[in-house]
Amino acid sequence: MSATPALIEADRLSVQVPTGRLPFSQKAPLSILINVSLSIRPGEIVCMVGESGSGKTTFGRALLGLIKPSAGSITLDGAALPDFSNRSFRAVRRQAALLFQDPLSSFNPRQRIGAMIAEPRRIARSGSTRMQDIAALARQAGLSERLLARFPHALSGGQARRAAVARALSVVPRLIVADEPTAGLDVSIQGGVLNLFLDIREQHDTAFLLITHNLSVVRHVADRIVILYLGRVVESGPAAEILASPRHPYTRALLESEPVPDPARRRAEPPVIGEVPSIAARPPGCEFHTRCRHAQARCRSEAPRLADGPGDRQVACHFPLPEPQPAARGSLRLVSN
Amino acid sequence: MAAVTATTAGETTIREPGPLQRAGITLAHVLSHPLGAIGFVLVVLIVATALFAPWIAPYSPTAISVKERLADPSLSHLLGTDQLGRDLFSRVIVGTRTAMTVALTALSVSIAIALPLGLIAGYGPRWLDAIMILVFDSVSSLPMIMLGLAVVVLLGPGVSTVILVIVLYSVPSYARLVRTQTLSLKTRDFIKAEQVMNAGTPRILFRHLLPNVIGPLVILACLDISTVITLEAGLSFLGLGVKPQIPSWGNILSDGFAVIRNSAVPVIAGGAPLILATVGFTFFGEALRDALDPKLNPERKP
Repeated sequence: MSATPALIEADRLSVQVPTGRLPFSQKAPLSILINVSLSIRPGEIVCMVGESGSGKTTFGRALLGLIKPSAGSITLDGAALPDFSNRSFRAVRRQAALLFQDPLSSFNPRQRIGAMIAEPRRIARSGSTRMQDIAALARQAGLSERLLARFPHALSGGQARRAAVARALSVVPRLIVADEPTAGLDVSIQGGVLNLFLDIREQHDTAFLLITHNLSVVRHVADRIVILYLGRVVESGPAAEILASPRHPYTRALLESEPVPDPARRRAEPPVIGEVPSIAARPPGCEFHTRCRHAQARCRSEAPRLADGPGDRQVACHFPLPEPQPAARGSLRLVSN
Repeated sequence: MAAVTATTAGETTIREPGPLQRAGITLAHVLSHPLGAIGFVLVVLIVATALFAPWIAPYSPTAISVKERLADPSLSHLLGTDQLGRDLFSRVIVGTRTAMTVALTALSVSIAIALPLGLIAGYGPRWLDAIMILVFDSVSSLPMIMLGLAVVVLLGPGVSTVILVIVLYSVPSYARLVRTQTLSLKTRDFIKAEQVMNAGTPRILFRHLLPNVIGPLVILACLDISTVITLEAGLSFLGLGVKPQIPSWGNILSDGFAVIRNSAVPVIAGGAPLILATVGFTFFGEALRDALDPKLNPERKP
């Protein structure tokens, strides 16, 4: 792909959960993630996009070993993890920090914010845990230092988010996995958090895996985008190219479903039809065919492979949308008009 | 509860109450409930009696005076004397100390053992949890008196034997409570966050899980004090508990039972404090539980 070696690489990572309660149960395990490959280079911001239940959060957690992958491999700095034991994941976790979807719940309710921000330093036994240094860390994340003496429940959503970022920066990580980092925040505060991420990248060359369904986040910061549908990658590639010319009908549907603050440009027809199928009853063939307006007979029987090209892009579709040509772009605009 | 204070600049700051203030707020909640207030008064009376027993008791509880045996209550012997002429009032007062010593020691030892066991069962591997639950269930399935008899036969009666029996009896149920709490806490994000920070298991267990499970456990123990006092009295009544010369409510009851045809006073003298202690600690424990439960007390955040 590129000359820069990847910081972390997931190769055909799959996650399954057993369904039967009894051992030796006949029920097949549920596949949450299927063969998801992704590499993140230092300083790169990769956005993982998909609907609820597409496996985005699971991927972020599997990458850090909070959920055990059932197949695939993870390579850190060119060295593959020997297995998926907690001991192996320690190497990944030393380089990474995780920002939870609900930052409030990621703090021990009985400890003060200051102590929680110092926690990574205490665990790593490196870095100062003196009050003024923790206060400096908090200021760096845009958190007022007078909040350090508070308990988590006394923080607002935005303050909790900043406290979580301050904790993540406590021992500077090379990778931050951020699960819905803008969920539940005002638009103005969302921008503040994203700018904070860009500053962190600027200062420390930290890479980000942003898990989100918020496309304005993607537009603002993403270098690369990975689109998940029912636990599979349907399209991936450089952010600018995918945003300008999606090749998978699902990607285009996602982009079109973004609300446009202009009544004159109201959509004529819904971008996708129907509901997300259950992962317990995956459709045969291409799993998106039940909702795709371009579906044909082949889509209903044969599953498309994730094919490379052009360039860094990958798409899993029998009939990908046309290449970005002036005419095609024009017709696209007509659709949205 | 956070107090909002207006500063001169007009902005409001939220102050966190200190631990003393927190205790005061909790106590106020306990006292605001009539049963809680009754319980609190009884508990204070019992604890004070236990602490100052030697100074309150007019006679030595073991001093035998044969010529005064089975005396009726009078000004010199408020509750009369037992069949050996020992002053019953003094025995009841010093018996309070025995009861509290046994109850508090037994419950603290039980908590100290049950906490790590429950944390390990809840947080550790499944197979270990299964083994520990099997052991807990086996011990709790033994009838209390059988367990007591077996231990007394092995070690002989005495205060420490009673404590041991109570510990054996309480540890399984306490450890189960801790385990259940741990099981629900370990899937919470703040424990996952510790794992991602590469925190060691002891750190997660004792710095993060323990402070979150100890509250309910202490309240359960507080509710159990009455059970334990009754247990000690019961074992002593059966002659399996503390030695007869040591004053204990159970021993007073047992001695009184032998002379119940002559006078009901000794039985009442042994039974009444038992009832008062049971009622007091139960009311206090329940009020404390309600005061600390954020769901029952919406003003207070968890």
